[in-house]
Amino acid sequence: MAVVKLQRPKLNFGEKIYFGALIKGFILTMTHAVKTLRGKSVGADELASSGLGVTMQFPEQRWDSHLPEYYRGAPTLVTDEQGRERCVSCQLCEFVCPPKAIKIVPSEIPSDDPWAKVEKRPLEFEIDMIRCIYCGMCEEVCPEQAIYLRKDYLITGLKRADMVHDKKKLYEIGGTRVGLVNKWNELK
Amino acid sequence: MDLLQIAIIIVKIVVLTFMVVLPLVPVSVYFERRFSAVIQDRVGPNRVGIPLTLLGFKKDFHLFGLVQPIADGLKLFLKEDFTPAHVRKAFYWMAPALTVVPALITVCVVPFGSPISIFGHTEKLVIADLDIGPLFIFSVASLSVYGITLAGWSSNSKFPFIGGVRSTAQMISYEIALGLSIIPVLMYYGDLNLSTIVQQQADHGWLLLPLWGHDADHTFISKLLFWFPAAIAFLIFTISIFAETNRMPFDLPECETELVGGYHTEYSSMKFAMFFMGEYAAMVIGSALIITLFLGGWSIGFGLDAMVAKLHIGDFYYGGFIHLGCFLAKLIGFILFFILVRWTVPRFRYDQLMKLGWVVFFEAALINVFLAALIVAAPQLEKTIIGVGAVLLVIVTAAVIWVAKVSEEHPKVLRA
Repeated sequence: MAVVKLQRPKLNFGEKIYFGALIKGFILTMTHAVKTLRGKSVGADELASSGLGVTMQFPEQRWDSHLPEYYRGAPTLVTDEQGRERCVSCQLCEFVCPPKAIKIVPSEIPSDDPWAKVEKRPLEFEIDMIRCIYCGMCEEVCPEQAIYLRKDYLITGLKRADMVHDKKKLYEIGGTRVGLVNKWNELK
Repeated sequence: MDLLQIAIIIVKIVVLTFMVVLPLVPVSVYFERRFSAVIQDRVGPNRVGIPLTLLGFKKDFHLFGLVQPIADGLKLFLKEDFTPAHVRKAFYWMAPALTVVPALITVCVVPFGSPISIFGHTEKLVIADLDIGPLFIFSVASLSVYGITLAGWSSNSKFPFIGGVRSTAQMISYEIALGLSIIPVLMYYGDLNLSTIVQQQADHGWLLLPLWGHDADHTFISKLLFWFPAAIAFLIFTISIFAETNRMPFDLPECETELVGGYHTEYSSMKFAMFFMGEYAAMVIGSALIITLFLGGWSIGFGLDAMVAKLHIGDFYYGGFIHLGCFLAKLIGFILFFILVRWTVPRFRYDQLMKLGWVVFFEAALINVFLAALIVAAPQLEKTIIGVGAVLLVIVTAAVIWVAKVSEEHPKVLRA
């Protein structure tokens, strides 16, 4: 049973002469070409095509409104309703980060601060977006729900330094996030 | 030959070669990329235009990406021209030139338009009005195989070498069919001068579209009868040109999927670009030859050519330029056909290609020569001789088909 003998299909005269297949092929390719030019390619609607084939033409057209819920874009830091920065600089994300893109310098919260009992906040929080691989492990590991992957995907810069997101930039992109677990809230 | 004539020839060389044919190379590259993109439901290069924003304007001028080939060329210019240490230097450097030059030399016998007349001085729109046009093209164009073979050999590595050898074998098996297939055409016109052939087509109908210009010597019936050998010749010739220019169904010498890049694997920068240019220039010349022989060359057709030739402003008969435009339009149309074939037909296997060349096209072209001879000579022959000829032709054809069929049968395997 090791050898299976395959019967090659017997070609009739028309198939052997090959021209029929050629003509069929021309018709097929030309149908595609015409459909492309008319913007009627298969899948053009679902893929929100630019009217030429199925392609979306990037700078003018964006995929943004089609991004799925689970899209993993740039990692960012968030604040909550009370305006408290949620990160407590436990550095778990720094340790779990596979490409070592995150760098945190922890600092203490002074005792006269209303959030003194949180004790720690990051002094510096940098994510090197050249290193980041958008794996989302930082979000997964964070015990404070402080770091989230947002839907931003256009991270560009003219030099390496531009590509390092510092704390200010991270909070700017992240913004406020409501409805999170309020571990440190007085009301609890 | 006085100075004026030399000046005219130089002007013709510069204008027709470097301002008409050479620009067609980037244009066909552009069409290749856009057309293939459209076939595959994509967009293709549509951005590179005139970068007005660099000069301080608000918007760039896209021009449908027509400037893309210039950007590509610039890229190739600026790339490092790397010569590997293991190559045979002299041949390695010579090979790219050997592929481009033959393709450009063959331009000289292609008639681009009807004669232009100024101040009573008539000038043909062809660089060298040779009386052996097609033969000259065949002899020079087949030199380009030396470039490919030398490139493959001098690269001193395995894949390019296989590519070079394949190219030689392919050239030998298709050159015969290529030469034989146009013999019916040459018999019909009784002339090897391409200008004369096109002029006859303009007067009496294209070879594949003989619908006008009937007279006693060129009756509609005789032209219609000759249409069949002409169509067979056209088919064989076109397919052989595909093989000759190493275009897609027969691009075994460079065959990316098997041989990396074939003969130009070891080449980079402008040396690679020369091969690229040579391939496209050969394609342009091949299309030009097919158009000239079968589709009326510069002729507009439908009996309009005589009228166009008479157009003039004072002493300046400018009809030739209209014919030149018509020729270029046909040329681009045929190049588009080349591209359509490339993106439709999958590559042949090597043994299939050899079989197609030796077993099918060679015999078909040979039989076609006899068929055409019979049709051309029929008016002068007696009925019985025509009958005998036809019967002989049928017998020979049947014999050839039978031999081809028998040779296809595989020998019985003795041990299962």
